[in-house]
Amino acid sequence: MNITKFILVLETEFEELEPGTLKPDTNFRDLDEWSSMHALIIIALIDTDFNVSITGEDLSNIETVSQLFDIVIERMK
Amino acid sequence: MAFFSVQNISIRGISAAVPSKIEANIDYEYLSEKEKKLLIKTTGVEQKRRAPEGMTTSDLCFKAAQKLLFDLKWNPSEIEALIFVSQSSDYYLPATAIILQDRLNFPKSCMAFDIGLGCSGYIYGLSVLSSIMNTAGLSKALLMAGDVSTATCSREDKSTYPLFGDAGTVTALELNKKAKPITFSLYSDGSGHKAIMIPHGGLRNKASKNSFEKKEVSKGIVRADFNLALNGLDVFNFSIKEVPAALKDFMEKTKQKNEDFNYFVMHQANKLMNETIRKKVKFETEQVPYSISKYGNTSSASIPLTIVSELQNQVKNKEISILMTGFGVGLSWAVASLSLDKITCPEIIEL
Repeated sequence: MNITKFILVLETEFEELEPGTLKPDTNFRDLDEWSSMHALIIIALIDTDFNVSITGEDLSNIETVSQLFDIVIERMK
Repeated sequence: MAFFSVQNISIRGISAAVPSKIEANIDYEYLSEKEKKLLIKTTGVEQKRRAPEGMTTSDLCFKAAQKLLFDLKWNPSEIEALIFVSQSSDYYLPATAIILQDRLNFPKSCMAFDIGLGCSGYIYGLSVLSSIMNTAGLSKALLMAGDVSTATCSREDKSTYPLFGDAGTVTALELNKKAKPITFSLYSDGSGHKAIMIPHGGLRNKASKNSFEKKEVSKGIVRADFNLALNGLDVFNFSIKEVPAALKDFMEKTKQKNEDFNYFVMHQANKLMNETIRKKVKFETEQVPYSISKYGNTSSASIPLTIVSELQNQVKNKEISILMTGFGVGLSWAVASLSLDKITCPEIIEL
């Protein structure tokens, strides 16, 4: 999996995001729509699609899409 | 480990009562339109029932019990045991089950006590009551499970208030030599006790003036220490990890497959969480009923409420096998398998 594919998966899940909004260096908290609900959605999505556990603490320690991607890749090994 | 089967106990009926007052999340004033839509889509809670001031969990269970006894044609004098599973009791003491014994005219020879559990409580309660009945040879008993959670949630807390609804349920159990076994698997993890809690009011932090002082914990979350506090992300992670693992273990130990069950009834926690669990354990959508859109998360009432609300025709007219799981506050979780054979299941009562 590469980051472009990963972003596509995220954007499909967040219906209210315009395709192309997310970039590797996008900070989640800068998105207008960002809320705690999105944290739940990300955790569920990554668990279901990649069988990787992300905690609330992981999410509070990272800021960008590429940091999230790195965690997923690391834990998929 | 707490994995066991109980013989000789049949479930004869299940009833549920809810407050008549409906609160819709689309009317929740502390969220923007966009946030409300996302909340409803993610949690699945469109509306829930809210008990008016003065209506308790035991009031809901009382009405549900009266109706169920009447429909079953059981005489109150026959009831030998009553367990009330709840985290919203009438008083600090005495136990609510004892008050219900008198209110329902059950004999003084009826044993009655409370169990203080939430989301896992229905299955825990079933395991305790069925075990006692089988061991002691008690013929008829009632399990009451429910909560009025809206009384302890802060209305200004978007992480709890829109989620929880109020309900009380009653399950009638009878000794029956021909009954199929009920199998249980029960778990606890107290290291997560802070994930869902009301911090003040017990002995650890006695109720005081500052227990009622509302504070802004984070944006959209204003509550006092006497209110329910929920760490949504921690609970979410716990549930999608531990519950599928417990279910897989249960299926292996009992040598059962998903196809062996007509239905898989989950505690109605939140739609995204439940769907994540469902996908991980590979149950078909048709096997998994939901009542969360109508009633929200009703704590220990959610499993029986879902059966009455979504499976009433099925359980009344034929024998169906059910796998169930409850998980949450404690942290505590439980799995059970049982069969319901043409049980008495009246319409949901509104109070």
